[in-house]
Amino acid sequence: MNLTEKQEEIIQEFEVFDDWMEKYEYIIDLGKDLPKIDDANKTEDRLIEGCQSRVWLDSHFNNGKMHFTADSDAIITKGIIGLLIRVLDGEEPKNIATADLFFISKIGLQEHLSPTRANGLLGMVKRLKLEAIKHISAA
Amino acid sequence: MSNLEQKPFNVREIREEFPALRQQVYGKNLIYFDNGATSQKPKLVLDAINLFYSKENANIHRGVHYLSQRATTDYEAARQRIQRYLGARKPEEIIFTKGTTDSINLVAFSYGSTLSAGDEILISAMEHHSNIVPWQMLCERQGCILKVAPINQRGELIMDEFDKLLSKKTKLVAITHISNTLGTVNPIKEIIQKAHAVGSKVLIDGAQSIQHMRINVKELDCDFYVFSSHKVFGPTGIGVLYGKEELLDRMPPYQGGGDMIARVTFERTTYNELPFKFEAGTPHIAGGICLGKAFEFLESIDMEAAERHERELAKYAEDMLDTFEGLQIIGEAKNKTSVVSFSLKGIHPFDIGTLLDKQGIAVRTGHHCTQPLMDFYGIPGTVRASFAFYNTKQEIDTFVEAVERSLSMLK
Repeated sequence: MNLTEKQEEIIQEFEVFDDWMEKYEYIIDLGKDLPKIDDANKTEDRLIEGCQSRVWLDSHFNNGKMHFTADSDAIITKGIIGLLIRVLDGEEPKNIATADLFFISKIGLQEHLSPTRANGLLGMVKRLKLEAIKHISAA
Repeated sequence: MSNLEQKPFNVREIREEFPALRQQVYGKNLIYFDNGATSQKPKLVLDAINLFYSKENANIHRGVHYLSQRATTDYEAARQRIQRYLGARKPEEIIFTKGTTDSINLVAFSYGSTLSAGDEILISAMEHHSNIVPWQMLCERQGCILKVAPINQRGELIMDEFDKLLSKKTKLVAITHISNTLGTVNPIKEIIQKAHAVGSKVLIDGAQSIQHMRINVKELDCDFYVFSSHKVFGPTGIGVLYGKEELLDRMPPYQGGGDMIARVTFERTTYNELPFKFEAGTPHIAGGICLGKAFEFLESIDMEAAERHERELAKYAEDMLDTFEGLQIIGEAKNKTSVVSFSLKGIHPFDIGTLLDKQGIAVRTGHHCTQPLMDFYGIPGTVRASFAFYNTKQEIDTFVEAVERSLSMLK
């Protein structure tokens, strides 16, 4: 599945929800299922400080593809991280750097990526893309 | 001079005056519990904003024409209404600023410039960042020393410690009347007397008190009292610095520009008199006029009854929230106003806030611009419900149910 197909799949999954609370119930479950980053690895260099919640991001480059693990102290933030990783993990750096993450607004979560939300997610996406760009220029 | 008659306190009637309260968000009736951040606006203020820009808009203090004179008259009438409401001696003691933060910065720069190295500023551990940072900046500029009076676990100022920190070196006590995070009401009358006894001036941050109780600056005898319009049912972008005339007279201007001058030459400028000396540039004219309207509205409210109602709401909410396992009320001062802050073991405030939002309930989550206070309690933030006199017990019932539902999802 390419980046667009993965996003369309998520949009379809969200279509079954009738109201906001159901949607968030699902996001919370995703957050609970997402692998944690060990406390020892929650270092300053991995931290993206939001005004409200905090995000830790770890990335690896392997066989031309990028892999991410991320964590947050807020479970809803973590659930949305789960969605972002599902879309971006295992992609080539150039696809990540130019990715249009249209699914976020399609499923009604754009507020979480707005600069005013201050939950670290916008910073996380920026850093993901920066990491990807580094690997493009290194290639 | 009041245009509206004061009526017996009636929440239902008061709510009628606030159109913003009658709307749905995400398909639910809006419950607005973020009054500590900003209040909603009554029709009297909304109509005045519309009227000003429709019929009166002109610059003030300089035009010879009809509209300018009318705007000037209304702007100065607003100043006088605020002066009377606060019990200030003269309208010249009411300086229009951009808000609480701007008022504090004005004092920190202007009064602050008269201080010397080694002079002390005394604040409390529960201050908002806007009553911490301007003083830190002053200390960097002038070599003054910032002292911080500690609080106890209930969130009350420890007066014995305060007394110890107060000395002949103290040149200013800058303290909040009511904590925005904890709701603690500080004993400012006692603080003002004690500070004056050692020759210190006192600035009261009234951002969280002016909307909850009747304030009289003459009775309090504070040297400065500052607040924001938008938290007291007026427009954003304007606020007030009250200062004693003799003090303001001795203070140098803060910003230079139009309106604050008497005569300008390239060699030398002489400054205008109070209050204009501190009001450089075209002010927020509509804001000032409509803040006057907000006070006209307040004059129609029985503030003692309103305060009782708000405290009842807070008590009612706290008693119900207290039954939730793992929930801790942050701020349990004996004398506290209508702020209910809480944290939940193992649950991030942001998650609760997000789920409450989707159930139509507006609260604030986070550190509330009081990071040192969060450090004191060892928490990243709280969920804060802050009530105004237009809130109801029924709204709190819905709120508590929504908290319960959110917790069941997050656990």
